[in-house]
Amino acid sequence: MKKRRLVIRSIILLLLGSAVVYSLYANLTRDTKQKVAIGSEAPDFALVDMQGNKHQLSDYRGQGVFLNFWGTWCPPCKKEMPYINNQYHQYKDKGVQVLTVDIQESELAVNQFADRLKLDFPIMIDTDKEVMNTYGIDPLPATFLIDKNGKVVKYYTGELTEDKIREFMEKIKP
Amino acid sequence: MNDVKCECGHVNPHGTVLCEACGKELMIGTITDQLIDMRYEGSARRSQTYNKTIIDKIWNFFSSVKVGVWLIIITLVASSLGTILPQEMYIDLPADVYYEQEYGWFGKLYYQLGFNNLYGSWWYLILIAMIGISLVICSLDRVVPLYKALKAQRVTRHEGFLKRQRVFGVNDVVSESDLTVIKKQLKERHYHIREENGDVLAEKGRFSRWGPYVNHVGLIIFLFGGMLRFIPGMYVNEDLWVREGETAIVPETDGQFYLHNNKFILEHYDKNKDKTFEKAINKAGEVVKNYQSNVVLYKRVGQNLPGEKPNLKKIKDYKVRVNLPLQYEGYSVFQASFRNELNKMSFALTNKQTNISNGELTIDLRDPQMKYDLGKGYSVEILNYFPDFEFAKNGEPTTKSRIPNNPAFVFRMVTPDKPKGETSFVAIKQTIEPFGDNRYKMTFKGIETTNVSGFIVRKDSTLWAIILGGIIFMIGVIQGAYWNHRRIWIQNKNGQVWIAAHTNKNWYGLKREIEGVLADTKLSVPIDQAQIEENEKGGV
Repeated sequence: MKKRRLVIRSIILLLLGSAVVYSLYANLTRDTKQKVAIGSEAPDFALVDMQGNKHQLSDYRGQGVFLNFWGTWCPPCKKEMPYINNQYHQYKDKGVQVLTVDIQESELAVNQFADRLKLDFPIMIDTDKEVMNTYGIDPLPATFLIDKNGKVVKYYTGELTEDKIREFMEKIKP
Repeated sequence: MNDVKCECGHVNPHGTVLCEACGKELMIGTITDQLIDMRYEGSARRSQTYNKTIIDKIWNFFSSVKVGVWLIIITLVASSLGTILPQEMYIDLPADVYYEQEYGWFGKLYYQLGFNNLYGSWWYLILIAMIGISLVICSLDRVVPLYKALKAQRVTRHEGFLKRQRVFGVNDVVSESDLTVIKKQLKERHYHIREENGDVLAEKGRFSRWGPYVNHVGLIIFLFGGMLRFIPGMYVNEDLWVREGETAIVPETDGQFYLHNNKFILEHYDKNKDKTFEKAINKAGEVVKNYQSNVVLYKRVGQNLPGEKPNLKKIKDYKVRVNLPLQYEGYSVFQASFRNELNKMSFALTNKQTNISNGELTIDLRDPQMKYDLGKGYSVEILNYFPDFEFAKNGEPTTKSRIPNNPAFVFRMVTPDKPKGETSFVAIKQTIEPFGDNRYKMTFKGIETTNVSGFIVRKDSTLWAIILGGIIFMIGVIQGAYWNHRRIWIQNKNGQVWIAAHTNKNWYGLKREIEGVLADTKLSVPIDQAQIEENEKGGV
């Protein structure tokens, strides 16, 4: 009798407790939850660059991918772009591809920006913010490091220094 | 701990105050000349009894009504704190800046204490959860013993139980015919009558006792419905802005649905047409009659990668108006807002001296071209475009965002007499000629705006739980409020006939009813002992 009571009480408390824990967990992770988790497979996407070449992420299996999201209007983006370009040249023959995605801007703005900063890595425009939403990006700039197996190694927001970019490139070098 | 056997033979659980069957007092030491506390029928609230393991301790904590009331008070106070300053979701600036800037040291403190997002904070959720747990355990801990006690009650009750009921009376002689009248009267009043050895128990409205527990079940279902919102996909409430003529992905649908906005319509009441409202319109000025977006809903066919052009199948045309949402597969798209955005800007390339135009150009601010050829050797190139222009700290022109709120251009004007071109910086109400006097200028000709419809995309799969909980809640309230649980005992004790009565509320009604029942008999109406006690106290 006493034992049964203890069991019933334990079960009820356990049920209530797990409901509470789940609610708390779900609520607290709702806003901060990264849509693309570290270690998971990077969602595939396909965009056309300014030269008209189509880039599909999964085509770069076997190489590391440095995926950067930016805007011409964002000052830190402007600062880090030349560094990314330098490192792009250092690593493009070592198996690291640089893909950069501008969020919903005009071709003119992007082209002029690229010309002014002499950028020659592939630049794509995410016209419908679809890729941005898939990756759950909020503040720009944002950088994803993807290894040769297509897994996300790191997610970084904020301005990058040249040293940091080099460090990142080393990380995903196959 | 052992069960307690009453002298009437009934075995009660440990902790029982009044025998479940006959009502004899089992806990010795209570003062005997006072009325019996009939709460929960004197049953053993188990929590009060077993206090051994940690599980029991937790159980007992939540089983206390006192704890429950305190939890509610604390939650009320906490909830009111959240209303002092606006919550984070209603402010435009980042929270760490906003509160201090707007409300000084108090705002800073408010932010530091985390009150900016009070209702979503972990501790607030824990408070609500604790109320829920308290509700479940309090109810379980009371309803089970109460049910058992009411089920186990016998007709014949112990003398002490009867004597110490609030309504009690004694008659020396009672005729058989009077008893028959009483029973008949009780039946007419819908009492359920049980008899044993000439003793009578008349009872009605027992189900009213379950009211509070039914009510609690409703509340728990309601809370459960609130919890369901945290499950991904159960509750969607997202903003969606779609410019006229454009198609956007409906958020939170896994890219399944696309919404195309054909046209946004804003209509005002016309005082010439609606004569009835002429005065009101004169007083209020412009009064909006209708906000409407003519939209087309599309569904994606087949798979496509993000960034690729999807294959879309048209599902339906709809005119979304306020309170008339577009509904499809559980999703509702409401007309919620609109804004006007700059769309196109027109300029004329004019000779400053002659003021003669050498051609006009219209620039699509979302997709400007690099070069506009005006013919006859006249052309204009855009060297630089700033959709949301401002001067940066270092004095360079720059753009704040990608939205054309304040467009500015650096033009190169190529003309037959200046084939190398002249450079001019043009912003709204501002022209700068960085390399000296130009012969030509870009004359502002006009702007074109476009409407952007603001929608709210909503899906709520938790409503059924909220509604069900609400209905059960109300049933419980009605059950407990509009019925009374009344019992009348008529029993032979010491050669006399004792009448005792109990109700869970509305004693006046019970006494009136007894008066009616006894009206045609010689029996005296039992008295209200509680009132006598009151009177005695008052009389001294």
